[in-house]
Amino acid sequence: MIAYILKSVGQAILVLVVVAALAFSMFRFIGDPVANMAGQEASQQDRRELAERLGLNDPVPIQFARFLANAAFGEFGMSYRQGRKVSALIAERMPATVELAVLSALLATGFGTLLGVYTAIRRNSWGAHIVMGISLIGVSLPTFLIGIGLIYLFAVELKWLPSFGRGETVKLGWWTTGLLTPSGRASLIMPVLTLGFFQLTLIMRLVRAQMLETLRTDYVKFARARGLPESRIQFRHALRNTLVPVVTIAGLQLGSVIAFAIITESVFQWPGLGALFVQAVQFVDIPVMAAYLMFVAVVFVVVNLIVDLTYVLLDPRLKSSTAVVGGGK
Amino acid sequence: MNDAPQIKPPPKAKSTLRSRLAAVWDSDLAWNFRHSPVAIAAATTTLLIFIAAFLAPWIAPQNAFDPGAVRLDDGFLKPLEVGSTGITHVFGTDSQGRDLLSAILYGTRVSLIVGFASVGFSMVLGVSLGLIAGFVGGRVDALIMRVADVQLSFPAILIALLVFGVGRGLIHPTQHERMAVIVLIIAIGLSHWAQYARTVRGATLVERNKEYVQAARVMGRTSGAIMGSHVLPNVIGPVLVIATINLALAVIEEATLSFLGVGVPPTQPSLGTLIRVGQQFLFSGERWILFFPAAALIILALAVNLLGDWLRDALNPRLK
Repeated sequence: MIAYILKSVGQAILVLVVVAALAFSMFRFIGDPVANMAGQEASQQDRRELAERLGLNDPVPIQFARFLANAAFGEFGMSYRQGRKVSALIAERMPATVELAVLSALLATGFGTLLGVYTAIRRNSWGAHIVMGISLIGVSLPTFLIGIGLIYLFAVELKWLPSFGRGETVKLGWWTTGLLTPSGRASLIMPVLTLGFFQLTLIMRLVRAQMLETLRTDYVKFARARGLPESRIQFRHALRNTLVPVVTIAGLQLGSVIAFAIITESVFQWPGLGALFVQAVQFVDIPVMAAYLMFVAVVFVVVNLIVDLTYVLLDPRLKSSTAVVGGGK
Repeated sequence: MNDAPQIKPPPKAKSTLRSRLAAVWDSDLAWNFRHSPVAIAAATTTLLIFIAAFLAPWIAPQNAFDPGAVRLDDGFLKPLEVGSTGITHVFGTDSQGRDLLSAILYGTRVSLIVGFASVGFSMVLGVSLGLIAGFVGGRVDALIMRVADVQLSFPAILIALLVFGVGRGLIHPTQHERMAVIVLIIAIGLSHWAQYARTVRGATLVERNKEYVQAARVMGRTSGAIMGSHVLPNVIGPVLVIATINLALAVIEEATLSFLGVGVPPTQPSLGTLIRVGQQFLFSGERWILFFPAAALIILALAVNLLGDWLRDALNPRLK
């Protein structure tokens, strides 16, 4: 058990160091940091001083160690394009992305489980067929088209919802939230639907498949033989055992929700990290790209680690084996 | 998916002499295909789109990539209106006066070229790395598979964006437009190789201890030759299925990147670029500029997806 936990933590740290090395080499070897920061009219003298001050003349391992130390405190230097600290940019935009990602993960897990149970229990009903059909379209359509479709319907035709931005936000310390104002809540609806839709279909299909399998097991048959009411069998006995893998997948999905947020944020001009990253890619703003890469890696690794550990707690059979759960999509 | 392949009835005891073509017609795959309306519809649609896209320079009413062929005063023509050049614009024109049908045909061609090229690239890369990992084993295997594991846990679109950004950083800004398509192909290709590598490695591990490999070794053939000409043909089957499914993914990924504004330049629009441009006119009422490219992308993605799904189920021995 302890060996398993140590192994998981060790792997997580290893992955982080590898990603940090990638981010560092992007920062160090792509483009010329000095030329990017000093501007056109800097003299040779200025450039040398800047290189010295940035520590670019030190040996590469020392630079990497310094990069790691700074990264641990969330410091990635200055954005080439915006001339501001990357850490400040990230802090400013993180609340928008986290709010969007968490809400859509909740939506996807909640409705995904409900619809999955429904389509499994009423397998041959019209409703189940329609839901499955829609989910097939959801899996094969690109996210941005779903977003545009929603904008067309609710913003252009019906004029019910705003088509871009976060609306009014409220400051709570360094955190900003759109949940406390009517316009903020209205602005959240479409992005959350867009981002949650793909995850929802995925979780729904998973719950359905698991549920169908569980309903065939002996203990469910036994419960029926005992004459328990059908709803009690379905929700107390079958659903409980279905949920273990669902928790895992939902956890692992949170990571990809953050990445898919890139697309959603661009469609709705949502002022979050994903939109920042796309801009950084367009303008080759390496420090921002490196910081975003590290941010996503940390989220992935932490979520993976938590899922790994909860899995051991949920499934006692894993305690003795060294099987590693994870891998994501 | 829903239409699980039907079970083939036992073959009728008929003539034993069949031509090659009849054998193909009678194979499990072809039988399956003839009995799946979804597969036939998807294949027909895919084929029609491919033909229309690759014949674009000959069948399109206008050369969509030639600014000289476009008249600015033909802008915002509604579908079926006739422009000043005498062309009936079946799908209307965009803000620049470009015929949308032509733009979609050319755009689909760009999307498909990027799709095919990136699938080819990731296939070559993934298959070679998978062969090496499975055949050499040991540390090389551990290293390659570890990288594949890490990469598979990140969404492809994120990796493609990163590679695209790095690629742009390495190329001189004046070359950006010219190199955009190549960078895009590499970026999408690099985001999908891990799946091939995993599959091929698994198959290679099974093959490498078989007698024919040992025989080739005894005959003194080099590892490279054994991998290339003996093991490879035996592990290539599943790779082709992955490639079909990945073509749909690559087309969607290209469209997404172009939609985000980091794909092909607007002078040579792909479907994603057309949708990005069309989105700007959603509120001003010129909906057709967005609608037709979006519909084209949906049909293309759906058709290739369904075809890939069918192929996967039809070739899956467990479902037979």
